[in-house]
Amino acid sequence: MNELSPTVFLIAAAVKVLAVFTALMVAIMYATWAERRLSAFIQDRLGPNRVGPFGLLQPIADGLKNIIKEETSPATASRFFFVLGPMLSIMPALVTFAVIPFAAPLPTPWGTVDMIVADLPVGVLYILAISSLGVYGIFLGGWSSNNKYALLGGLRASAQMVSYEVGLGLSLIPVMMLAGNVTLTRMVADQQLGLWYILPLSLGFLLFLISAFAETNRLPFDMPEAESELVTGYHTEYSSMKFSMFFIAEYAHVITASALMATLFLGGWDIPFWTGDNFIPYEGGLISGFTAAGDPIPAQLSIWTTLLTLGAFMLKTTFFVVLYIWVRWTLPRFRYDQVMHLGWKVMLPTALAYVMLVGATILVLDQLGVTGGPGFALALTAVSLVATGMFALYLDRGRIITGAAPAGRAARAAPAAHP
Amino acid sequence: MAISVKVIRRPEAARSSYLRAALKGMSLTFRHMVNPRKVTRSYPEEPTELHPRWRGTHRMEVHADGRPKCVACGLCPTVCPANCIRLVGGEDDQGNRYPIVYEIDEFRCIFCGMCQEVCPVEAIHVGQHFENAEYTRERFVYDLDRLMEQEHPVTALWDPSDPASE
Repeated sequence: MNELSPTVFLIAAAVKVLAVFTALMVAIMYATWAERRLSAFIQDRLGPNRVGPFGLLQPIADGLKNIIKEETSPATASRFFFVLGPMLSIMPALVTFAVIPFAAPLPTPWGTVDMIVADLPVGVLYILAISSLGVYGIFLGGWSSNNKYALLGGLRASAQMVSYEVGLGLSLIPVMMLAGNVTLTRMVADQQLGLWYILPLSLGFLLFLISAFAETNRLPFDMPEAESELVTGYHTEYSSMKFSMFFIAEYAHVITASALMATLFLGGWDIPFWTGDNFIPYEGGLISGFTAAGDPIPAQLSIWTTLLTLGAFMLKTTFFVVLYIWVRWTLPRFRYDQVMHLGWKVMLPTALAYVMLVGATILVLDQLGVTGGPGFALALTAVSLVATGMFALYLDRGRIITGAAPAGRAARAAPAAHP
Repeated sequence: MAISVKVIRRPEAARSSYLRAALKGMSLTFRHMVNPRKVTRSYPEEPTELHPRWRGTHRMEVHADGRPKCVACGLCPTVCPANCIRLVGGEDDQGNRYPIVYEIDEFRCIFCGMCQEVCPVEAIHVGQHFENAEYTRERFVYDLDRLMEQEHPVTALWDPSDPASE
């Protein structure tokens, strides 16, 4: 790998920041468009299709409208924090994306440019630290509005964030154990050599998925918003662009969480069944794999592989974004106690047990002399599948649905809240 | 249309399956998502189908030589419950009565269709038309020329032998 000179590095970083920010903003715009169109399709409607072809210019019209609209500020609101709320909410959502590798390294005449804004050695920890900061914005917004519904929404947001942060962090520990580090680029490289982590860590993926839904405050966990109970929750008092900022923050969170899931569990920008896109850092250079004799094969970088891998990454991210939307328009909202029940009594113990299970499996395999290769991955896959099956069986007994209802015959006789 | 009411019996709590129910719901929404049949009508491109007895903007029938069929008998302003028709009748050399002024205020009109029912010469009609937006309120008073210019189909009258129009 030929290193970049400091000047080129600086320019490349600036260009990447600008490009990623712009791409993320455009992606947010079209996430709102996709949300509205897909929700319409699910409800047998057509959705916004008037502004531009297929309504593709609708987000621009929405943005213009939001900028032009009157900006109201409640008389009793705490002005400083009221303005600070949306800012604090949007910042972490955008900043988190910095550590996600989005394509294979790009060869340029000045050296190889990594397609990641900041290749932090502590990528996962950075994400865990930053992404939960978004709740400060939501809570400040809810509290400073001086509105009881907004306050309730903010309180719920913080309670939910605290509860699911634990499950989120714990569900990531198996990933770190398997990858052996917390750098996202290394995790992608590891997944390119072996299986995508979704297979050996299927239960971890499931737990991460559920926690990510809760973290992004999306249905079925949109407690802070809860239109039917809290008007619109924490952003009840917000209008025009300030409201829009909360909205952008929500979709930025969704896209970042989707990209994160794609990176951690679906191999990031890896194209499956093709070794041409494997760029694994090995002894100071990039290799695409090993020969049967164990010799490293040097990687062939080209702009086309970069573009192809970028496409693969976008496809995987889009899949999760669509999943988010699909789930939102399918499942009803949890009751508040059910959310807490699921977070503390189901997710946390399961995640803890799963950490122990994966750790024990790796230890046993280690003792047996299996430290890598197909046997190691397949054994972990089998163990995880059994664990996922048991988790599904446990959920399937209706524990979540009955929630805080008294157990026994009385509970069974009462009409159950059912999704 | 795709909308219908479906009564679903809720399963008992102990027997209900959370994951299975969620996946079932997901598959249902997915089927609706990919189903090309939608209930939304793209309105200006796909015009609304109107019932034959739907009553809208008025229309004055004309003779082959372009004269209005109206004989200025005064029945329609008399019967009009909203008092929206202004009629000044005249008489020519042969003693034929004709309207000098015939105005309908479409804002006042309640579209009951009684003017059409009462007309002895089938001159004034309510019609199957409703896209009559204007920029000024004055434009909603339709004079005789404007009423004669209307080209939309006229409303079918109620037929006692077929009360439900079948």
